[in-house]
Amino acid sequence: MTTQKRSGGKGLVLAVIGLLVAALAVYAGYRLFAPPPATVDMTYNTVSSDGLYQVMFETDTLPIPLNETHSWVLIVTTPEGEPVNDAEIGIDGGMPAHGHGLPTEPKVTEGLGEGRYQVEGMRFNMGGHWEIRVGINAAQGTDEATFNLDL
Amino acid sequence: MRALLRGLRFRRPIRSSLAVAFLAVLCACGSEDFSEAEKKAIGSLSLDALSDLPLDEGNRYSGNRAAAAFGAVLFNDEGLSGAGTVSCATCHKAERQFQDDLPRGVGVAETDRRTMPLAGVAFSPWQFWDGRRDSLWAQALVPLEDAREHAGNRTAYARYVKARHGEAYEALFGPLPALDHLPSNASPRGDAAERAAWERMTLRERDAVNRVFANIGKALAAFEETLTPREARFDRFAKAVMEGREPEEDAVFSALEREGLRLFIGKANCLECHNGPRFTDDHFHNTGVPPVPGLAEDRGRAAVLDEVQDDPFNCLGPYGDAAPDACSALRFMQKDAALFERAYKTPSLRGVANRPPYMHAGQFDRLEVVIDHYSNAPAAVSGTSEIRGVVFTERGRKALIAFLKTLDGEP
Ligand code: HEC
Ligand code: HEC
Repeated sequence: MTTQKRSGGKGLVLAVIGLLVAALAVYAGYRLFAPPPATVDMTYNTVSSDGLYQVMFETDTLPIPLNETHSWVLIVTTPEGEPVNDAEIGIDGGMPAHGHGLPTEPKVTEGLGEGRYQVEGMRFNMGGHWEIRVGINAAQGTDEATFNLDL
Repeated sequence: MRALLRGLRFRRPIRSSLAVAFLAVLCACGSEDFSEAEKKAIGSLSLDALSDLPLDEGNRYSGNRAAAAFGAVLFNDEGLSGAGTVSCATCHKAERQFQDDLPRGVGVAETDRRTMPLAGVAFSPWQFWDGRRDSLWAQALVPLEDAREHAGNRTAYARYVKARHGEAYEALFGPLPALDHLPSNASPRGDAAERAAWERMTLRERDAVNRVFANIGKALAAFEETLTPREARFDRFAKAVMEGREPEEDAVFSALEREGLRLFIGKANCLECHNGPRFTDDHFHNTGVPPVPGLAEDRGRAAVLDEVQDDPFNCLGPYGDAAPDACSALRFMQKDAALFERAYKTPSLRGVANRPPYMHAGQFDRLEVVIDHYSNAPAAVSGTSEIRGVVFTERGRKALIAFLKTLDGEP
């Protein structure tokens, strides 16, 4: 009786393991093919060339679109992480390998507070390596940050 | 010392690269000889990558079916011209990809530019070879008053629409203003007599006529929005490649067509400008195409940067329906004229093999000449050509042309 019971228990354990393996396989399959979550923010982060500012940008359009005018949010802080508000900001850029600039003239259109700035008019008109330069002028001084993007 | 810190990249989830590897193992089919980068490029050119048509916020009638139907009538109506002999369809022929196979369009007289095909035109933020209008509806108003095209004027058009299409117009746009007391022919862009007649009209009368005129453009634009690019053999091929299956039937590419595709997305650098599912970046480039002897000087986009900003029918003007914030093409336009000397809008290459001649003034009569141009890369007569010559073998030249032919849509 006990032996039988035991072997029944063993069968159950094996069945449970089997089920677990199957479930794992299904889950792995699901993970393998599921599209990436749609809401991830791509965050780029850099330090300006003289080290005055920490500069980040966010875009909620993923991947960064080609031939579509879209917006960024720039985040400017001191290296210690203090938000820098009321900065004068200029945006420029281009493709070093092709010797051409941006197809548009993007601008900061709004200071959002907490070191955040709305940048409108961003547009990229071909895939490849782009450089975006952000000129920043605030109480800490004038400095420039460069982002490298591969589209 | 410049601290160029590479931006933190969004970490690509491992699962997608695994999935790709997995697929590659699953399917050792005809598409396996394309690299991942090539596949990405092929997918980006496919019609499947075309986004939904964005509504034009500057045109309240964008996406409006009744307006599109009325626009179709106007598009084909020769009554909408000075002498009753020219319609949009005179040059933009539906059975010919909405162009006319001529080096330069001919209305009342020959113009200086080639008639542009219209498939997918509503996706473009700028209209004309030089982008001198920022919307389809503002564009439509230009040929109507051009002395070599429809050769009419806005006051005559307002009166004509009231007499001939009054009911259809009012059903869409509301009551027409009183027009009978106005001069028969008056416009700020007409001949001396028409301009003088326009000056004599009150501001209120001019505004009323402008409003009817703008609405004609808005109906025409609603119609043109319905002209979308057609699926081509290339799209069926690309779909198969993207799905990792063997292309079938007419989607099978010959060795030559594959070579051409590879050149196009690779060494020949065509993707620099002819990218995305419409094969255009909607931007302006000097490619060193020579001017046509005898025509007036043509500086391309460099000459029209002020014109588009001053156009009373632009997105920010009184006849546009958008909030100023929505006029992003105009607000953030690149305004450095030096960048645009003899720069023209990159044309879509869909259907291109089927509609010679080529370039903004029909300079080249065959694709062979186009490919030679990209190979020779002549200096521009003014400004600087962006083309760096690519040497093609005889086979490479044939291959590129064979590939371009796969972009022909259904007849
Ligand atoms: C005389 C021939 C002719 C007539 C008539 C004509 N067009 Fe055109 N169309 C052209 C030419 C030529 C161009 C390019 C002109 C330029 O770039 O200066 C053009 C350009 C265009 C474009 C720009 C396409 C693009 O990709 O930028 C649109 C849209 C268009 N026409 C629509 C119309 C509409 C709507 C009408 C009727 C109101 C019309 N056309 C009447 C010859 C004509
Ligand atoms: C630097 C941008 C650029 C590059 C690179 C480029 N093109 Fe073009 N292409 C243009 C522009 C702009 C025009 C129109 C020029 C004009 O009319 O003056 C054009 C015109 C054409 C036309 C004629 C289309 C028509 O309707 O008139 C064809 C075909 C063409 N290109 C094919 C190619 C091929 C093939 C390659 C690669 C070998 C290539 N292009 C590379 C920008 C480019």
